[in-house]
Amino acid sequence: MKKLMIGNEAIARGAYEAGATVGAAYPGTPSTEIMEFFKEYEGVYAEWAPNEKVALEVGCGASLGGARTLVAMKHVGVNVAADPLYTFSYTGVNGGLVLVSADDPGMHSSQNEQDNRGYGKFAKLPVLEPADSQEAKDFVALAFSLSEEFDTPVMVRVTTRLAHSQSMVEEGERREIPLKPYVKDAAKYVMLPGHARLRHVEVEKRMAALRRYVEESPLNRVEWGSRETGVITSGVSYQYVKEVMPEVSVLKLGIVNPLPEKLIRDFAGQVKRVVVVEELEPVIEEQLRAWGIAVQGKDVLPRTGEYSPELLEERLLGRKAAEAYALDAAIPPRPPLMCPGCPHRGVFYTLNRMKLTVCGDIGCYTLGALKPLAAMDTTICMGASIGTALGMEKARGAEWARKAVAVIGDSTFVHSGITPLIDVVYNQGMSTVIILDNETTAMTGHQNHPATGLTLNNTDTVRLDLESVCRAVGVKRVRTVDPLNLKELENALQEELAAREPSVIIARRPCALIPGAGLGEKSYYVDTVACKGCKLCIKLGCTGVYWIEEEKLARINPDLCVGCGLCLQVCKLDAILEGEGKE
Amino acid sequence: MNRQSVTNIMIVGVGGQGTLLTSRVIARVATKMGYDVKVSEVHGMAQRGGSVVSQVRFGGKVYSPIIKKGDADVVLAFEKLEAGRWLGYLKQGGLLIINDERVDPLPVMSGETRYPDDIAERLARLVPRTVVVDATGMARSCGSARAANIVLVGLLTRAMALPAELVAEAIQEMVPAKVLDINLRAFETGLEYGTNCRLKVNLA
Ligand SMILES: Cc1ncc(C[n+]2csc(CCOP(=O)(O)OP(=O)(O)O)c2C)c(N)n1
Repeated sequence: MKKLMIGNEAIARGAYEAGATVGAAYPGTPSTEIMEFFKEYEGVYAEWAPNEKVALEVGCGASLGGARTLVAMKHVGVNVAADPLYTFSYTGVNGGLVLVSADDPGMHSSQNEQDNRGYGKFAKLPVLEPADSQEAKDFVALAFSLSEEFDTPVMVRVTTRLAHSQSMVEEGERREIPLKPYVKDAAKYVMLPGHARLRHVEVEKRMAALRRYVEESPLNRVEWGSRETGVITSGVSYQYVKEVMPEVSVLKLGIVNPLPEKLIRDFAGQVKRVVVVEELEPVIEEQLRAWGIAVQGKDVLPRTGEYSPELLEERLLGRKAAEAYALDAAIPPRPPLMCPGCPHRGVFYTLNRMKLTVCGDIGCYTLGALKPLAAMDTTICMGASIGTALGMEKARGAEWARKAVAVIGDSTFVHSGITPLIDVVYNQGMSTVIILDNETTAMTGHQNHPATGLTLNNTDTVRLDLESVCRAVGVKRVRTVDPLNLKELENALQEELAAREPSVIIARRPCALIPGAGLGEKSYYVDTVACKGCKLCIKLGCTGVYWIEEEKLARINPDLCVGCGLCLQVCKLDAILEGEGKE
Repeated sequence: MNRQSVTNIMIVGVGGQGTLLTSRVIARVATKMGYDVKVSEVHGMAQRGGSVVSQVRFGGKVYSPIIKKGDADVVLAFEKLEAGRWLGYLKQGGLLIINDERVDPLPVMSGETRYPDDIAERLARLVPRTVVVDATGMARSCGSARAANIVLVGLLTRAMALPAELVAEAIQEMVPAKVLDINLRAFETGLEYGTNCRLKVNLA
């Protein structure tokens, strides 16, 4: 039977049907749902690893141990996992290993839009790129066979538009693949220079074999149309091409590394004009140019952002999409923002008031950089906050550290915040680090992590105790506060900033979206007589409190307010009261 | 509905309003009707109160998961400002459904810009086939403001002449059991409203 699935569900299904028994991942949009779907299948082990490097290493071990293994992460996660990836390419696999890289052209939820097809070339891996959910399932299943046949990890590269689009998938049966025997083979698995030199030769032989394979692979196919224009494309771009240029000839590449030289030359030789349609980097285009094939590509199409049918129409056909109705009004932008009751709000409100320099990190709390809280100075990658704060202190002197903090989420701290904290202690910095512990990985949709004490399957496990970790690495000043208690939080900050040694403040409160977070019991209203319209509560940037321009008064929206009480604490006139009130 | 051509529905709103469920219900119905279907969703950061859009396309054969500008048969807006933001996707003669709900975005809350108060009226003047409906209020009287998305599904069911029994079936399959009653009431309310405002949409 056919079923609608998002690409990520289809990927999980493909791995299941191909007999995968182990899966490891760290969450990250747009890849997160892959492991969440995979864990639902019977007969598989699936885990959240603390970060992507560990996820891939668990994957390496499972593969060498003989199991077909699925590893999934977002594009920047592959950077974290790059070290094992490059060398796992040398050792090769035992059970097939498929690494799914979910890229994010257009940066819907990411800090950059790197194109991970590039990893294929550098790490010498085959890279498959499906164009819809059915292909996602089929390609992942095939990737396991290729992995074993060519003794290589295989990357399946998808983009947000594939990962999060639903289309029809025909489900198949699971193939039970017996665990392969494990045979000790130091020359293959211990990458001493002497062994690695020999393995590199094998890798080059493998790439040569793959170059022959891709000429014949059913994943690369020509759909002949008019010979005026021949489009070479892959992934979701293929769908946009079919949508707006149904008449052209198309070479659809399902494998984007290595590229099929002969197939491409044949195709290019039979059409008048060759156009390469690929989002982000000119990976295919540059190879064609290197082969001396004249193409159009990034000279007419952008290297930035996501493509769309209307973009192709405009750039390739010279037709501008018709907007039937145009409203003559400025529409204010609507950036994402912290939810009502979000525990992060108390922290950023306080950081803003204290005018501190804030080295930030990645998570829901990065929204603290936006107005009106505007209390973040830097965000680079996961885990960067603590090292950045230490670097600033070392560059600008100890006094600087008394006006600066690092803020980092609980999941992010476990992912990559512990090593830089060791650096602060080791190199005698004085940084104050705030761990924003909302007891979940909120940004990506509430995944468990080691400090929640729950596994991917929601079963109990040993809880990583954040206080103990901080003390164990040598931080003496470790304290825990409630971020929705503004006085307590500010006092803690004053004291820790003054201390001439490293300190960690754990601001602990469950995410307001977690059922049982203890919110939603109280309700508040604005006493319209007492309110003088000072807007202090509005400066919290909470959708639960809004401003009525005509009356110059604040109001509370009972549908949105969850009763966290922050506005009550910031109001100097006691104009916010508990109860139902009367509007 | 012509079985060959593709029908495009754009569902827009504010992250957290339940647009995802609405698009999934409609997609499920289209599947039950035997169409090829594609749905594009927004997960991740925008779900934290940002502007979100999900897109449903169904017909004989669907390629792109996203709708072209000027090509949506219906724009269903859960919030007024979002109706204005995504208007460019509506096709000539298309249907604009606006939930009469205002959610201030950050730049408005912080006083940097103003909310265009009369936006629903202006849209209704510009687009001949506009319906402005207080779905949130109607949902509240069904038991929860959160069921506004299903009130809108009911309205859309009538507007597009979708088979109501299939839609009800899809809702039953997709809504958690403990809020199912509220949602079925919300669906009925939306259907009734849709019947009374006598919408006829010819999706050719
Ligand atoms: C290397 C890498 N992996 C994954 C992500 C996706 N991601 C962004 S923030 C985040 C974690 C957020 O959790 P936490 O630090 O607990 O903060 P919260 O969102 O709960 O406030 C993740 C997984 C990323 N940006 N980079």
